[in-house]
Amino acid sequence: MAKPLIRFEGVHFRYNPGTEREWAALQGIDLDIYPGEFVAVLGHNGSGKSTLAKHCNALLVPSSGRVLVDGLDTKDDAAVWQIRQTIGMVFQNPDNQLVATTVEEDVAFGPENLGIPSKEIQARVDEALRAVGMEAYRLHSPHQLSGGQKQRVAIAGMISMRPRCIVLDEPTAMLDPEGRREVMHTIHRLNETEKITIVHITHHMDEVINADRVVIMTDGKIALQGTPKDVFSNVELLRSLHLDVPQVTALSHRLRSRGLNLPDGIITVDELVECLCQS
Amino acid sequence: MALFKNITIGQYIPGNSAIHRLDPRTKIIGTVLLIVLLFMVDSFLGYALAAVAIFGIVQLSEIPWRIILRGLRPLFVILLLTVSLHLFMTEGTPIFRIWFIEVTWEGLFRGVMMGVRLALLVMGTSLLTLTTSPINLTDGIESLLKPGKRIGVPAHELAMMMTIALRFIPTLLEEAEKIMKAQMARGADFQSGGLMQRAKSLIPLLVPLFVNAFRRADDLAIAMEARGYRGGEGRTKFKELHFGQADAIALGVSIAFVVLVGVLF
Repeated sequence: MAKPLIRFEGVHFRYNPGTEREWAALQGIDLDIYPGEFVAVLGHNGSGKSTLAKHCNALLVPSSGRVLVDGLDTKDDAAVWQIRQTIGMVFQNPDNQLVATTVEEDVAFGPENLGIPSKEIQARVDEALRAVGMEAYRLHSPHQLSGGQKQRVAIAGMISMRPRCIVLDEPTAMLDPEGRREVMHTIHRLNETEKITIVHITHHMDEVINADRVVIMTDGKIALQGTPKDVFSNVELLRSLHLDVPQVTALSHRLRSRGLNLPDGIITVDELVECLCQS
Repeated sequence: MALFKNITIGQYIPGNSAIHRLDPRTKIIGTVLLIVLLFMVDSFLGYALAAVAIFGIVQLSEIPWRIILRGLRPLFVILLLTVSLHLFMTEGTPIFRIWFIEVTWEGLFRGVMMGVRLALLVMGTSLLTLTTSPINLTDGIESLLKPGKRIGVPAHELAMMMTIALRFIPTLLEEAEKIMKAQMARGADFQSGGLMQRAKSLIPLLVPLFVNAFRRADDLAIAMEARGYRGGEGRTKFKELHFGQADAIALGVSIAFVVLVGVLF
């Protein structure tokens, strides 16, 4: 297999070390993320998934262990610049990450920081807005946009920096269903057509079923990982971690416990329909 | 935004007139020159010439007159006060007197002049914000302050602060309205009572607003860092300012005008 783009090696992280509020958010994470992958990280509040995300581009550095991004250690101050160009990051609150007063100026913010000549910035802004389908809104101001549109602009702001990977820290948590669909559609498209590695952090089960790999986090540790099918075969284990499974999986699990002959790990409606017809 | 619809900050009227197209730096310098001129001039003829110049610029900018005049409305009380203070307080040849208040020719002259000066000042400076988009304005200010960097003027930081302020004003207003409605739904009363009572009733609005603003600032700082922001060093500009021929002419004419009128009148 190819060299991992992001590698976590025995990462521990404590907030507020040495104080009363000390809290071990990550407790021994080993994780490799490969170029081109779509990895979904799942866990409920306090499981350490946001802390994990912030380690990907050196916003936080491990208390012990290390994180390598394309071979560069995030603890190395000289490498931080390069790492932030490699890994883009989109946050939860769409309002709090847009800087400029118009959409195109905001998308240009990253390239401006990188010192790209202004002629090329124009090209990059056009390209990035096209990639998220927001080219019609270039002169709008952020407060005129819906939540889903703001998140797409935030994603465009990352694309214009041409990162190899985008880490999204619960980008859909504050959006309505329509906005969530827009964002999910956009990041899947970027993964497929632009070959950008995606690390999608969420607590919505239905957003992970199309991922290449699902990582389940609990109490700062990785509890389970594998393809969505493998992970959702463990309905009982997930329940014991207080995590839901997709509705279809829950339904087929209940049908099976009533004696129906269904396989493990059904995650889409189509699959269930097919299995039901066969049995 | 029903509650806050009469707040218009940085009101910019988009357009493509000769004035709109000027480099923001030209317009900022021009405005400063105008202010200087209005404080130098001390005769009716001087004011008349300055007024003609401002009227000319308004015509060129294609901004409707009612918008310019609307800008004067909040100033009405101050204008009235200025004119009447000068009218009654200046000593000189009396026109008439009521009891102990004496109105003099000199007072009338001073008062009207002061009023005209204030009105022209407001009209001239509001032309700057009316014809220049906030982004252009901040870019212009940053560029003009840049030479001051050597003596410690934080040009880039000031411009960045202005941009962020402009970006978050609508967001914070929206939030204020949301909080206000939430508090009203729970029985808070923002409308009635005296001044003190009303000021007090704003506390449950301001506290959550400030707490949220600090949280926003924290989030924004992290987001900016994640997007590779590390201050003004090595940064390029998406839209570069361009000082063209029209700017050279406009600036030349303004300087000549100010020197001539300022010295002669």
